[in-house]
Amino acid sequence: MNHAVPVLVARNVDVRRGGRCVVRGLSFGLGGGGLALVVGPNGSGKTSLLRVLAGLAPCAGGEVTWNSVALARIPAEDRADIAYRGHLDGLKKELTVEENLAFWAALRRQRSGFDELLAALDLHGVAGRQVRFLSAGQRRRAALATLKVAPARLWLLDEPMTNLDSAGRTLVAGWVSEHLAQGGVAVVATHRPDELARPGATLVEL
Amino acid sequence: MDLFLIVLKRDLKLAFRRWSELANPLLFFMIVTAMFPLALPPNTAQLQALGAGIPWIAALLSSLLALEALFRSDAEDGSMEQLLLSPAPLGSVVLAKVAAHWIVSGVPLLALVPAVALSFYLPVEALAVLVPALLLATPTISILVALGAALTVSLKSGASVIGLLVLPLCSPLLIFGARATDLAANGEATAGPLYLLASLAVLSVSLGPIAIAAALKVGLE
Repeated sequence: MNHAVPVLVARNVDVRRGGRCVVRGLSFGLGGGGLALVVGPNGSGKTSLLRVLAGLAPCAGGEVTWNSVALARIPAEDRADIAYRGHLDGLKKELTVEENLAFWAALRRQRSGFDELLAALDLHGVAGRQVRFLSAGQRRRAALATLKVAPARLWLLDEPMTNLDSAGRTLVAGWVSEHLAQGGVAVVATHRPDELARPGATLVEL
Repeated sequence: MDLFLIVLKRDLKLAFRRWSELANPLLFFMIVTAMFPLALPPNTAQLQALGAGIPWIAALLSSLLALEALFRSDAEDGSMEQLLLSPAPLGSVVLAKVAAHWIVSGVPLLALVPAVALSFYLPVEALAVLVPALLLATPTISILVALGAALTVSLKSGASVIGLLVLPLCSPLLIFGARATDLAANGEATAGPLYLLASLAVLSVSLGPIAIAAALKVGLE
């Protein structure tokens, strides 16, 4: 499974939402360092496509493979290779930022200790506070911190810039660049493709 | 196994941070069982006869209350989709969540049972069987209600639907559990129904998580 160069391939993918086909016959391939920007108006199926790519929903047609293994057949222990950040933060409100990150890290057998990361995200002051006391932007920062806690080679980000201030946007754009430079693969749904655009990025228009 | 413990610890921590949700089903159990002696004629023999069954019905209903939202908060804040995508096998995640819930709701319920038995004039011999019988039956009840909770995870409120789905499945527990208590109250052998409760517990704990995991996957698609 541990291919030297990761490859994400979508072949003729149909995506269905609520019984209606929102994406039909989509094909693209991304190798190491590849970035796909998914753009389209509200309701065009960006989130549904990302959920299919993450393996949360089945393709209505076609196939998605990660390192030539179909998504549905990826063994549980290899799922840590894929990081999905959707609209929902995936943080427990009653746990502190640090406890949330520690749980996340432990599930992926990573060490705890996030001082540097929290400082970079400007969350140092609230690390010990329960997530329910955080602002929407701080929650988004904490949710995105999970990308750095456990290394994953495929990042699936659904509008990651939502609620972030300009410093946060710059930071996340920097993370994506760094991830790609290290040979990672990223698929990002966004309304502002200019924030992440780079030569060689695949533009997926829905 | 270590992933099981990680999820178990997290859910126990969460349960203690929102302890009012914990206390509600227990208070419900106490109050419902306390209402029967008030409503019925104060006749020791009659209360004793009813005392074998009523704690069972109350335990069933209170676990319905307790577990109805077992997966909903995780589904609503996105934790569940992250758990689905995590390297932990979903079956053991599910088992850990149910186990955490059983520890914080099922075990305290057992501690309340002696007080309930007292209000029904249950003899000590019956209490000595009622507690282990509930200890054997509550894991099965938790698994069955969790299955209902998984099937209704995408609904806003599933309590009534879960009741319709799950309560009929709980009737064997009710039959064997109440029977064991009744036999003990009359000084007869209780091994038979207790063995049956134990075998149901083994069956549900080993196969239940697989069914719950499948239901969750479908529910969150």
